[in-house]
Amino acid sequence: MKFLAMIAVVLTGGLLIFHTGAFPDFGDANSPANTYLSPYYLENGQADTHAPNVVTSVLADYRGYDTMFETTVVFAAGLACFFLLRRKQKPGDTPRMYRHLPTGVTLHIKEGGTLPAEDSAVFRRLDSEFVPHQIIIKNTCRIVIPFIQIFALYVVAHGHYSPGGGFQGGVLLAASFILYAISHDLRRAIRRFPEKVAALFGSMGVLIYAGTGVLCLLFGANFLNYEALAPLLGVSPVMARSHGILIVEIGVAFAVMAVIIWIYYNLSSAGKHDEGL
Amino acid sequence: MNDLLPLIADKYNYWIYIVLMMLGLYAMIGKNNLVKKIIGMNIFQTSIILFYVSIAYKKGGTLPIIMGDAHGGGHAAVHAADYINPLPHCLMLTAIVVSVATLGVALALAIKIYRQYGTLEEDDINHQIRMQAGQ
Amino acid sequence: MTLPIDLAILTLVVISGIGALAVKDLLGASIVFSAYSFLMCLAWASMGAVDVAFTEAAVGAGVSTVFCVAAVFHTTRRTKD
Repeated sequence: MKFLAMIAVVLTGGLLIFHTGAFPDFGDANSPANTYLSPYYLENGQADTHAPNVVTSVLADYRGYDTMFETTVVFAAGLACFFLLRRKQKPGDTPRMYRHLPTGVTLHIKEGGTLPAEDSAVFRRLDSEFVPHQIIIKNTCRIVIPFIQIFALYVVAHGHYSPGGGFQGGVLLAASFILYAISHDLRRAIRRFPEKVAALFGSMGVLIYAGTGVLCLLFGANFLNYEALAPLLGVSPVMARSHGILIVEIGVAFAVMAVIIWIYYNLSSAGKHDEGL
Repeated sequence: MNDLLPLIADKYNYWIYIVLMMLGLYAMIGKNNLVKKIIGMNIFQTSIILFYVSIAYKKGGTLPIIMGDAHGGGHAAVHAADYINPLPHCLMLTAIVVSVATLGVALALAIKIYRQYGTLEEDDINHQIRMQAGQ
Repeated sequence: MTLPIDLAILTLVVISGIGALAVKDLLGASIVFSAYSFLMCLAWASMGAVDVAFTEAAVGAGVSTVFCVAAVFHTTRRTKD
């Protein structure tokens, strides 16, 4: 198999490298990719959408239909992970560790044993691979996480003027939650941001995106033509496109954040949502 | 040396993208471990993104964020040759986020397979499937 | 960018890509793959694709490494190749 793979790879790679001579030179401003469509976006992007960052205006306005289905793909991937891995677990199925807080004794409760109450003040649940001295990690993460989240909101809101937008902001928000789940434990993160909320936010993000498009249809314009929202928002058509981009980016941020957190919950606990990374 | 460097630089990105693509393809065909195959798939994806970003680059162009007075209406005419092509960037931006979602699904499948067969090696899995079919 | 540093970054990308596939330990492979993603992000940033580089820095070097480590944590670190 390795030998066959090597032959296939060498043949294909050799052919491709042989034909790189036909490619335009690196950095050629007159290559076909740089001449047909993109000059229009560059020259009219700011006048049309009032967004200096052309990538954002192309992403959410000119090619908004494309991005809507990319968001749907991300959401579908989250659902696929859920259906592949998730399994319900009854309490008492697997051995669990508890610490009796007043004495500091660790109890190992085997399968079928009686478990203390979930919100017991005396017993605290421990992971089976418990590492005791993590106070530095916990406190560092507690300080860093709010700043990551504020930066993520800035990235979402400032996507018109600087690199960023819904995808990056959503990933950063998700990363802050993953950091919380790693530095504390998975159960606490799931209590803060439950699975149902993740599913709801993911579908809500897609709904915000598609709903904006349907709203434009209701106002008599094409799907995702934000100019139709100008009477509703009370601004000029150009500013309506700018605001439309922001609304859509918020939807994307919701969907991406929720889906990445959801995939992380399922992967890190192998579907049990009990003990994780 | 001074003549050679621009000559290499003209095509170097394309060579690297082909090498990376073939690296990913080799891993997907030839490697035995499922996680290695998934890493190979991701290398393949990033090589395609490298290709798109390379064709978008213009010599002497700046970032695709229009300079000037951002809040005023009256701005000077924009010359497209001054800015890097934004279209491949926004195509690839969504591709990266979709790639992490597909990575999640692929790893979920790998975990599921490990739960079923107790191994991530492809030949062991094939062997077990053949044993079960033979019985 | 025709500077030699750009060529050096791309060469390092290839080396770390080979490394990620050659390491005989899946946890190590995920970490080397994270380094690969970060070097790729540097290469894109030097080519002016700041949005793409930003996404790759957050997604490729951050989240996908966590996913890989989580999957390796629930399966096995050992590999034959």
